[in-house]
Amino acid sequence: MYAFDIERPTTLAEAVKHMAASEENQALGGGQTLIPTLKQRLASPEKLISLTGIDEIRGICEDDAGRVCIGAATTHAEVVAGAGAYPALAALAGNIGDPAVRNRGTIGGSLANNDPSACYPAAALGSGATIVTDKREIAADDYFEGMFATALDEGEIITEVKFPVPQKAAYMKFEQPASRFALVGVFVAKYADGVRVAVTGASEEGVFRWSEAEAALAADFSAGALDELSLSGDNMISDLHGSGDYRAHLVGVMTKRAVTAAG
Amino acid sequence: MPQVKMTVNGKPASGEVEGRTLLVEFLRENLGLTGTHVGCDTSQCGACVVHVDGKAVKSCTMFAAEAEGSEVLTIEGVAAPDGTMDAVQQAFQDHHGLQCGFCTPGMVMSARALLADNPTPSEAEIRDYLEGNICRCTGYHNIVKAIMAASGQDVSTIAAQ
Amino acid sequence: MPKDSGIGASSKRREDVRFLTGAGHYTDDIDLRGQAYVHFLRSDVAHGTLKNVDTSAAEGMPGVVRVFTGADFAEVGGLPCGWQITDREGNPMQEPAHPVLAQGKVRHVGDPIAAVVAETREQARDAAEAIEVDIDDLPAVVDMKAALKDGAPKVHDELTSNLCYDWGFVEENREAVDAAIKSAAHVTRLELRNNRLVANPMEPRVAVGDYSRSTGESTLYTTSQNPHVIRLLMGAFVLGIPEHKLRVVAPDVGGGFGSKIFHYAEEAFCTFAAKALNRPVKWTSSRSEAFITDAHGRDHVTTIELALDKDNNFVALRTETHANMGAYLSTFAPSVPTWLHGTLMAGNYKTPLIYVNVKAVFTNTVPVDAYRGAGRPEATFQLERVIDKAARELGVDPVELRRQNFITEFPYPTPVAVEYDTGDYNATLDKLLEIADLAGFEARLAESKKNGKLRGLGVNCYIEACGIAPSHLVGQLGARAGLYESATVRVNATGGLVVMTGSHSHGQGHETSFAQVVADMIGIDENMVEIVHGDTANTPMGMGTYGSRSLAVGGSAMVRATEKIIAKARKIAAHLMEASEADIELKNGQFSVAGTDKSVAWGDVTLAAYVPHNYPLEDIEPGLEETAFYDPANFTYPAGAYACEVELDPDTGKVTIEGFAAADDFGNVVNPMIVEGQVHGGLAQGIGQALLENCAYDEDGQLLSASYMDYAMPRADDVPFYRVDHSCQTPCTHNPLGVKGCGEAGAIGSPPAVVNAVIDALQRAGRDVTHIDMPLSPSRVWDAMNKG
Repeated sequence: MYAFDIERPTTLAEAVKHMAASEENQALGGGQTLIPTLKQRLASPEKLISLTGIDEIRGICEDDAGRVCIGAATTHAEVVAGAGAYPALAALAGNIGDPAVRNRGTIGGSLANNDPSACYPAAALGSGATIVTDKREIAADDYFEGMFATALDEGEIITEVKFPVPQKAAYMKFEQPASRFALVGVFVAKYADGVRVAVTGASEEGVFRWSEAEAALAADFSAGALDELSLSGDNMISDLHGSGDYRAHLVGVMTKRAVTAAG
Repeated sequence: MPQVKMTVNGKPASGEVEGRTLLVEFLRENLGLTGTHVGCDTSQCGACVVHVDGKAVKSCTMFAAEAEGSEVLTIEGVAAPDGTMDAVQQAFQDHHGLQCGFCTPGMVMSARALLADNPTPSEAEIRDYLEGNICRCTGYHNIVKAIMAASGQDVSTIAAQ
Repeated sequence: MPKDSGIGASSKRREDVRFLTGAGHYTDDIDLRGQAYVHFLRSDVAHGTLKNVDTSAAEGMPGVVRVFTGADFAEVGGLPCGWQITDREGNPMQEPAHPVLAQGKVRHVGDPIAAVVAETREQARDAAEAIEVDIDDLPAVVDMKAALKDGAPKVHDELTSNLCYDWGFVEENREAVDAAIKSAAHVTRLELRNNRLVANPMEPRVAVGDYSRSTGESTLYTTSQNPHVIRLLMGAFVLGIPEHKLRVVAPDVGGGFGSKIFHYAEEAFCTFAAKALNRPVKWTSSRSEAFITDAHGRDHVTTIELALDKDNNFVALRTETHANMGAYLSTFAPSVPTWLHGTLMAGNYKTPLIYVNVKAVFTNTVPVDAYRGAGRPEATFQLERVIDKAARELGVDPVELRRQNFITEFPYPTPVAVEYDTGDYNATLDKLLEIADLAGFEARLAESKKNGKLRGLGVNCYIEACGIAPSHLVGQLGARAGLYESATVRVNATGGLVVMTGSHSHGQGHETSFAQVVADMIGIDENMVEIVHGDTANTPMGMGTYGSRSLAVGGSAMVRATEKIIAKARKIAAHLMEASEADIELKNGQFSVAGTDKSVAWGDVTLAAYVPHNYPLEDIEPGLEETAFYDPANFTYPAGAYACEVELDPDTGKVTIEGFAAADDFGNVVNPMIVEGQVHGGLAQGIGQALLENCAYDEDGQLLSASYMDYAMPRADDVPFYRVDHSCQTPCTHNPLGVKGCGEAGAIGSPPAVVNAVIDALQRAGRDVTHIDMPLSPSRVWDAMNKG
């Protein structure tokens, strides 16, 4: 790693100040992706601003609209334990990485990084969540801008994520055998006003909504409703672990399984 | 360089660290606690698992500075002061749950964390929990068996039909 | 009744206590006063001409002690190859130089260009980034067959081509094999790849070089399976240090699986630099660095043809293999696809005519050498896959086809130069069928079908040659070393023993099982025996641990040395009891005079040896210490039968291992618990090869699977509880313990069982799939199911 300093603010205001001090400063969530990146010397921050000591952005609650609101510095393990009001989300969190990673990794860190194979982006997009930052609220539909790209501005810090709780939902992940990230992961959520289907791991463009499937499921929320649908493998990731066509096929399989699991 | 203070295996520990100093480097190099190992650089192998404030974490994927004020438990702090091994350690020896010993400290620390959460885990639960601990020697058979035994389950019929 | 101590007892491992309490002592735990750290600047291109390496900026960086480049090693020897193969024409293989730091060219991603020694690791790395390297990229050769085409870029300009050797075995049989295949009633042909693997012991390699100006001695602490071999190769061939001025220490080593046999550039560098700088120099590999510097394994591409007569008897076998050597010849690389592979092509079967052709090829990839099994897994995989395919083509039961062709009489000289001393392949197969619960398969198949899944069963046999190796034989075959093993047994005055062995333990539990053997021979408590290994300063010259040789060869040396101890102790006991030596009996640590009640304890005799007041000084010397070197008369031939049951998700192609059974014949067994553990570990590696592990390069020679993010290591939930059995025992006839070796069997026997099971599942479901190359990842299985 290149040399850097670490700041451990205890309030959001301090953190914001640190982030504003230099464009070379970078937020540190649980570090489960950032630290391996730093080890490869792929990043050279001047300072890392650790967010995990800020109590005001940690924890889980429900707001007046019944949304499950998760502080950005909440670990995956805490979501597993505390997001019982949204079982599909808790289950997703419980299958990210491994237990030790779940004890450190945070939802804010995952969403800020927007790894194309990460699980949380599928949950956020599939739930139509709202990403709250120190400056504003961003709808999930406007937040994800492609692989490792988001709507966050330089220095902007995610503070909370608000998830509307669906009637039914499930996440199905088909794991890449080495990293255990999603080779394809599909989050399906049925709300009173429609169905959302978000796909991670598959596309060169990062997490995306499968609108044809959403329409079909809105009309008939059953795996059979997807029988006639297929995706093209053209813009899918093609690598050592599977071709674009294979991933496109898996999206169909995992979507059906998610619908079945959602019940 | 900034100073970091924490409690390691029940004793106060402090030292000067850089921002980039990992917890595992602090443990191994500053404190000489070389039982915690580094087997990869992508946070997957789990040879470096220690407990921080009672939770299993990968000490290669956490900065020493982030452990400021924490209670850290490493493999060196598991056995009783007189050297008597704890139930998990003893089960690993009794059931040959280790060979080269390199992944073993992380395995023991993960197993202890599992049993703290789930006192009688099933085979499937153990295998799932060990996703972040890679062993190249044992084929996992005897590790899983040892953890089941440490939790008081009867392992005498495993793999016998 | 299971024994509770000595040979045959599942004694708990004494080494476990230190490993379980964090008190293990691995190479990276060694820090020497004044030590500096080295970081290697490595090539990020697969092939190129080094035009200039400008270190001037790096030299001025904070903490930098010195920057070394290839020029510093121009007068230093290259890394030697320990085995010379003679090709079909009788010519020696092409053997390129292998410099410690690149000279003129880089030949694979990871090839070291320069080395920065600095006060801290990060300073060394910072300075390495400041080195300016001017490389003219050259086209890389990655595919072996393309590398042999006319006009292909040459990995080594000074060689005539990328062909290391073209080996035929047995060359005299070639025409007869061709004729037999031509006239056979049935020929089954299969093309396959034995996938390239990375050994991945959990402990990455480490080297610490040290130099003492007071004694002029160099010391290397290293993660090695064979410290004496490193001392010999590095001292004699690379650095020119006589062995009495060079000490190599391999303390606790965190697994090896072959990859820590070889002498690596980093070892030579740290030893060299420590002397040049007069301070210790340490290198610790990261896992990422390990992927591009540790020797890889396997990587064979083979066409195999099995000819059968009208009664389904095997009549001839012919193979053509391309074996990847990588960019340089690693220590034992040339022997793996030849003598460790061709000699096993008979398998468990009485095929009268066999011809094996191997073309070893240089490519712009990391050197390839022995990995658990080394040559024998490749032989077993081809043979057991082609037999399975033949059975399907002929419509016969694959188990019965094997049984029909089993060798049943021993000793059996194969047509590929080795002689199996003993075995009983029907016994292990029968045992397998029992423990694998084949009777229940149909019911399990029905259950899988009900859940929309496919299910399959794969069975295969294996044989391997272990106990490497008779020196006179391997010398004829091109080995540049002997392959004996040694032991010194030192008895202390108060009766305790220290056994110093050249075998190295890096997970195998020698400290326990070796002590069991010696204690059993004398009849004393195991805890009275200490095993010392891993330091050339206090152990006799030994060849180390690989090829499942430790007990068969090292253990035999220990037995011989202990026999000498006992013989001398009997003389002393006879003297003490004023009896005839011929009447002295040793039992349970007591010497007694036959037919009398006279006895002396072991401790009385050992004390007399060191306090020789009442002692036959005119006949024997005081003291009780003996050394033996044991050179085996033959290889040993462990064999067995394996069964794998899989379930396959047809929607995703994902294969899960539902059951795995292994019936092995290891001859006599010293510690059943340790033996089973060895099999378990081998099975996981074999299952890993079959389903998960894939070391892949792109066409430019960039490693695609360069970390655990892309190289799939088997994890706890990838494997089941295994059912293993070693009750079928035909003891080895030519070593004193009757043992055969168990370290590699699991990795050798398991890959074909897995693949056979997947093919079985697909064919039962009516899919026309006859082969899928390993690893059988979900995408590959799905692609095979949906081809066309």
